[in-house]
Amino acid sequence: MENALEKVIEVRNVKKVFYLPGKQEIVIALNLNLTIYRGELVAIVGKTGCGKSTFFNMLLGLEPPTEGQILVEGMDPYREFASLRAKIGAIFQTDRLLPWRSALGNAMLGLEIIEKSKKVQREIALEWLRKLGLAGFENAYPYQLSGGMRQRVGIARAFAVNPHILLADEAFGHLDQVTATQLREIFLDLVKETKTTCLVVTHNITEALEIGRRIVVLGKPAQVLLDERIPQFSSPREREMYEKRIISIIGENQDSGLCR
Amino acid sequence: MAENWAKLFGWKKGGIVSIGFILIAWEISSHFVPPYLIPSLAVIGQAFLKVVTSWKMVWHVLVTILRVMGALCVSFFLGAILSILMGFVRKTEEYILPVLHFVMGVPALSWVVFAIIWFPKVEMRILFILVACCFPNYTLELHDGIKAIPKELSDMIKSFRPTRCQLFTKLILPSLVPPILTTWKINIGYAARVAMIAELVGATTGVGFQLLSAQEKFDMPAAIAWTLVLVVFLLLSQFSLEIMEKNLLKYRPVG
Repeated sequence: MENALEKVIEVRNVKKVFYLPGKQEIVIALNLNLTIYRGELVAIVGKTGCGKSTFFNMLLGLEPPTEGQILVEGMDPYREFASLRAKIGAIFQTDRLLPWRSALGNAMLGLEIIEKSKKVQREIALEWLRKLGLAGFENAYPYQLSGGMRQRVGIARAFAVNPHILLADEAFGHLDQVTATQLREIFLDLVKETKTTCLVVTHNITEALEIGRRIVVLGKPAQVLLDERIPQFSSPREREMYEKRIISIIGENQDSGLCR
Repeated sequence: MAENWAKLFGWKKGGIVSIGFILIAWEISSHFVPPYLIPSLAVIGQAFLKVVTSWKMVWHVLVTILRVMGALCVSFFLGAILSILMGFVRKTEEYILPVLHFVMGVPALSWVVFAIIWFPKVEMRILFILVACCFPNYTLELHDGIKAIPKELSDMIKSFRPTRCQLFTKLILPSLVPPILTTWKINIGYAARVAMIAELVGATTGVGFQLLSAQEKFDMPAAIAWTLVLVVFLLLSQFSLEIMEKNLLKYRPVG
């Protein structure tokens, strides 16, 4: 693994607590430790509600950990928010397209924010839309596109800024199986082509094994239950056994009732 | 011809039928009731033409339009500042909102009385009354618009780490276009009606003043002609806003 020792993301003893009215605490993450190296393709799996999306938001710097430290490219993504501009790209569960912008306008959004020239914005966005099979749909508004096409625009928007790290949160979860499989393949090819470090958060173990080269299983509250390289499967049976093992690891981990 | 006018104001066939019915009923009544109560359509038409063909008369209409549009611009500016302040500094919401709700509860006529007592200059009185009546609508509508921006979109755009200015121009402002247009549509009609009352407080120009003169002279055709001028202005401004809306909101699916 080239550049294997270059740390891109470091999560150290992270605890995240939400406070409900009446000072009730809900522990979302506890003793969460994780290191991601440059060029890795990591799938993070866990039950729905285990804190994956909160972890995703903390990596993006949208919210801080209650305790512990998160470093992305050596910087705190929450406190040094602006310093990580154009370094992190995000693909969300739903497309999150701006309804008043065309497919091209949406794909250009990140490039506008990092203040590329108009000409460059257009060229790069068009190129990414083409790579994602959206040539001819540049001027379509989101409501004129199918769910799969909208998600493709969302993916183009994330890749267009040429991020060092790409975070995807249940990015294919709401699509039908055929569309999701096609899109996953395109996504994987693009990640390989751009050699971007990529973290894919999902509740779907099959998806995690298809995309990831390394799997991290999160318990509830978010803490690492398993962290290992995904083996090469010599038969579907072997893969099925591995999936069952992951399911049993997740199943054995009970919600530790850290809601007080 | 009638259909073209109807299209201009966005009326359908039913609209032409009901307006036509009212006109016919009015014309028939005018033959049975004294003309100083219900003048015939021809007399009203003449009075209307007199208003729209004489520069001296058109000047009164323009003055009212300027007063309405000027006050609406001031109200919009004030509303935008307050709503953006509440959007960016959440704490200010608890100070500003109760005052706004209180102000909205004050009747337009009370503002008229306050304006007469507080301001000696007529134009200042009219501006004050219109702004006091209209700015809370802008503020509340824009405030609701800012609050209604989905967190998902806000998080998405923040993932690119925009500056505050970029966040405003790329997310907040475009999100506010629909509420801005809606509030303008509502406020133009409201402001024009309030302006009629405001122009009664010592103004010597404007449609309100002309209506007062018509009442003093017991001149029903003139009263109707001036009212019609105002209604036509309102319909034209609504029509312009609808054209703007069609262009600005073309990203929305047509229902």
